[in-house]
Amino acid sequence: MQRSPLYTILFATAVCIVCAVVVSSSAVSLKERQDFNSALEKQRNVLIAAGLLGDKEKVSPEEIESRFASIRGVVIDLETGEEAADIDPLTFDQKKRATDPATSRVAPANAALVKRLPDYVLVYLVEGETGAIEMIILPIEGYGLWSTLYGFLALDADLETVRGITFYQHGETAGLGGEVDNPRWKAKWDGRKAFGEDGLPTIEVIKGPAGPPAEDPYRVDGLSGATLTARGVTNLVQFWLGENGFGPLLDKLGTREERRAA
Amino acid sequence: MSNKAREALVDPLFNDNPIALQVLGICSALAVTTRMDTSLVMSIAVICVLTLSNLFVSLLRDGIPTNIRIIVQLTIIASLVIVTDQILKAYVFDIWKQLSVFVGLIITNCIIMGRAEAYAMQNPPGMSIIDGIGNGLGYAIILMITAFLREFFGSGSVFGKQVMPLVTEGGWYNPNGLMVMSPSAFFIIGFLIWALRVWKTDQIEED
Repeated sequence: MQRSPLYTILFATAVCIVCAVVVSSSAVSLKERQDFNSALEKQRNVLIAAGLLGDKEKVSPEEIESRFASIRGVVIDLETGEEAADIDPLTFDQKKRATDPATSRVAPANAALVKRLPDYVLVYLVEGETGAIEMIILPIEGYGLWSTLYGFLALDADLETVRGITFYQHGETAGLGGEVDNPRWKAKWDGRKAFGEDGLPTIEVIKGPAGPPAEDPYRVDGLSGATLTARGVTNLVQFWLGENGFGPLLDKLGTREERRAA
Repeated sequence: MSNKAREALVDPLFNDNPIALQVLGICSALAVTTRMDTSLVMSIAVICVLTLSNLFVSLLRDGIPTNIRIIVQLTIIASLVIVTDQILKAYVFDIWKQLSVFVGLIITNCIIMGRAEAYAMQNPPGMSIIDGIGNGLGYAIILMITAFLREFFGSGSVFGKQVMPLVTEGGWYNPNGLMVMSPSAFFIIGFLIWALRVWKTDQIEED
């Protein structure tokens, strides 16, 4: 139907206004629930990395909250390992900070293809009743085959034994690289040593099966059909445990010998 | 229900299926069909968006100026899709995460634009709703069959429940890796179209 230009403009304006109101009111009214979901999802993943929650375990939000009670988020300065007491862990937005030039810097060339390093990072400490650290949970990320993998790595109080690993976001091929989500594979990390005798991050995902952790502490079973994703996992774990990653923090928490003695 | 209404509802299932005959909406059919639960949520989302977009376009059909009709349809569809995306994010967060960009891509799903332009612009709201549901179901049928085959042979499971124990879990079934990759959906949809045309020979195109 041919209409006058004025009618066309008014009609278009009206449609735009109605649609804008509908879209924005749905976004605003659902925001609280969505934020709650994202926060819960993050807590879930921290718990899974810490081994405090089964992978497929379905638990209520209250249960997650109660299990999370023993975990404390701490914001640290990545370069020095110092705690940044003035930053609130609850409102800390890791992803935003890692991409914002004001709060991050260009990463040195690395095999994990991490492009920017945030100045501050949120790590989680599992504390016993006396306040002693039982476990430390570090955020990790890096490139696999198709995508950047985001996850957490949990280290024991000795700061070298791996307690768990989990990835909460990635776009690897389901059934092949996507097997990084497989609980049976993730369980194979538990008990292995992240650092070799020389103190450098040594743990790697190999091709084929590795021995039990006691005999073959620095190697993790490969993922069949996913050599490149596995290599990516090796690179990113080694990068984040190294001097450009959490090295300064781990050094600050105690030298290797001290840790061993303790 | 009148004959015409029944036709609008049932025809898109097999006789005039949006994916199999009109070959629309293939992109999302390839992407989300590795698992049945994501496919189901995607199907429901498409049915809702398609039905509502047909309804609103049909209600406005006499008022929409011809020269801006496509952009008006697109605005309505985009708004509905964003609202759907927000609702999924709030209520089924896990599945929303897996569907990722593909909910947003419903905007560009040709089925929805196609039905708005071809049907809702000419027909009253009641019939347009029925047409929307019918075409949405036609999309859903193909999606669910594809997802069933891909999940069953690719992961040995149905709706996430393991029916064939995998070798990696200590069972006997060695999953078919091709089935979890997008190209397998091409083959499956191709075979479905073939089967449908053997059954309904009038769908065969002349050379």
